[in-house]
Amino acid sequence: MVQSSDQQWAIKTVGLTKSFGSHNAVDSIDLQVPRGSIFGFLGPNGSGKTTTIRMLMGLANISSGDVSLLGYSVPEEIGKALPKVGALVEGPAFYPYLSGRDNLIRFDSADRYADPATRAARVDAALAKVGLTQAESKKVHAYSLGMKQRLGIANALLQPRDLLVLDEPTNGLDPQGTREVRNLIRTLAHEGITIFISSHLLVEIEQICTHLAVMSQGKIVAQGSVEELSKAEVLSLNLFTAQSDLALAGLKSVGITATADGEHITATVPGGQIEPERIVAVLVELGVGIKSFSLAAPTLEERFVLLTGEGFDVAR
Amino acid sequence: MLRAKAFRGSLMYSELSVLFRRRRTWAMLFTVALIPICLAFAVLASGSTIPPGEGPPFLDRVSQNGLFVGFTAMIMAIPLFLPLTIGVVAGDTIAGEANTGTLRYLLIAPVNRARLLVVKFLGAAAFCLAATFTLMITGIIIGAILFPVGPVTLLSGDVVSIPQALLRIFLVAIYVTISLLGLSAIGLFISTLTVIPVGAMAATVVVSTVTQILGALPQIAVIHPYLISYYWLGFADILRNPMDLGSMLSNTLLQLAYIAIFGSLAYSRFTTKDVLS
Repeated sequence: MVQSSDQQWAIKTVGLTKSFGSHNAVDSIDLQVPRGSIFGFLGPNGSGKTTTIRMLMGLANISSGDVSLLGYSVPEEIGKALPKVGALVEGPAFYPYLSGRDNLIRFDSADRYADPATRAARVDAALAKVGLTQAESKKVHAYSLGMKQRLGIANALLQPRDLLVLDEPTNGLDPQGTREVRNLIRTLAHEGITIFISSHLLVEIEQICTHLAVMSQGKIVAQGSVEELSKAEVLSLNLFTAQSDLALAGLKSVGITATADGEHITATVPGGQIEPERIVAVLVELGVGIKSFSLAAPTLEERFVLLTGEGFDVAR
Repeated sequence: MLRAKAFRGSLMYSELSVLFRRRRTWAMLFTVALIPICLAFAVLASGSTIPPGEGPPFLDRVSQNGLFVGFTAMIMAIPLFLPLTIGVVAGDTIAGEANTGTLRYLLIAPVNRARLLVVKFLGAAAFCLAATFTLMITGIIIGAILFPVGPVTLLSGDVVSIPQALLRIFLVAIYVTISLLGLSAIGLFISTLTVIPVGAMAATVVVSTVTQILGALPQIAVIHPYLISYYWLGFADILRNPMDLGSMLSNTLLQLAYIAIFGSLAYSRFTTKDVLS
């Protein structure tokens, strides 16, 4: 049931489930996206991210659970929420035989809450924001991937929005484009717009997001503000030495089980268990020559893999 | 004034402008226009008068009065060519959007799913009108250029003036347009079943062809009055004096029934399925 307290959340789901036959692609997830946040939505291929986004946008049916989008219940009141939501879902899509500008006009005509009188001006502004003004009259079939991506972002910005749902927004963009999009996202967030980004570029996510959720095999395995999630319970140890065997033994003696890959030794150490100075002292005493040593919080990539598992096979 | 402005900004206007700006639409209208042109030149080239009863109906009257070019061309186009073009447009309505991926962005805009179906159907209906009128108007023009034009002798034997004849030509074009609406609704429904537009287009044309085959089998005469093609060639009554619009009425009711049935099927399918394209 959607309650008035749901207003503080841009997106809130309770027990959201999507089942295909006996298999749950999305398994009872409780997603909470605070208003005004830049929210990173992560997960390996096949984890149910895209299905979740499609359910939020009213494209896919909800098998069970409650969803509220900007305080409106989905799917009953989704028509009231969607005019305030700009989205890029699973890549941009356009009519190849129309120009970039005509495509935006087409999508704006479809929005019955969009004012036709300001249409031309808003389309111009959106194209300018993504740097496509010069290419606006070219037919989309002649656009490169990066140009289509920019046009997709422009489509999401045709109206003032309260929420932007961006699926891989920097896909196919050159470094300049990527920086521009990152700056654009920051500017929009400053204006109070909630940004919901699904991406595989974890370095990007780490840089701009204020909150995160990680999905794996249909469930949310981590969710919260970046600060909370950064309080690493587990630290990452990286050691470079020529005396690997000696080092492994030394680490074993202080209760650390490590693996060696040539000169590179890695281990995970529970936070607070032991100080780095102690480890170094033990190793030096044993005669291990330390080329490089660090005991630090793991990167988002390392934590992501910890949460979602190693391996190349896409989840069932 | 305000309503005209509101229409210009609407989805319906956008749909019509996108449909009638596509090269494919103009290519089909151009090919439809070729039918009366080829017919007229063929009659001209044959020179000698054709005995009544040979070839398509009204063919014998073409060389005497150019206004019959349109009728004859219409009769030739109805069985296959017009349903082919309607199949292309109607089959593309939803499947085409799903195929380009633009369907999801239309729905997110937001466009209510029922509203999208209505807009798409009306677009297809507008194409039906454009196709029949292109054929008729081209027929009138080429007939007037190549053959003598004068008061027309109707099937009932009466002679009517040119303006009266043009009125009847106009009514025949309306009649044929209405005839194609049921097929458009079937095409719309088939289009909601697939994301491959060519499949929906082909299936719609197959429905039209199979319907006509069934209509030619005397053994199943009992179902004939319920087939969409039953009244397709029934506009001869408009060419009598007094004009009998009985078959126009029956045809309209039949097509409306098909629109209601297949429109509901399209609605129930499209409003409940997941959009994964």
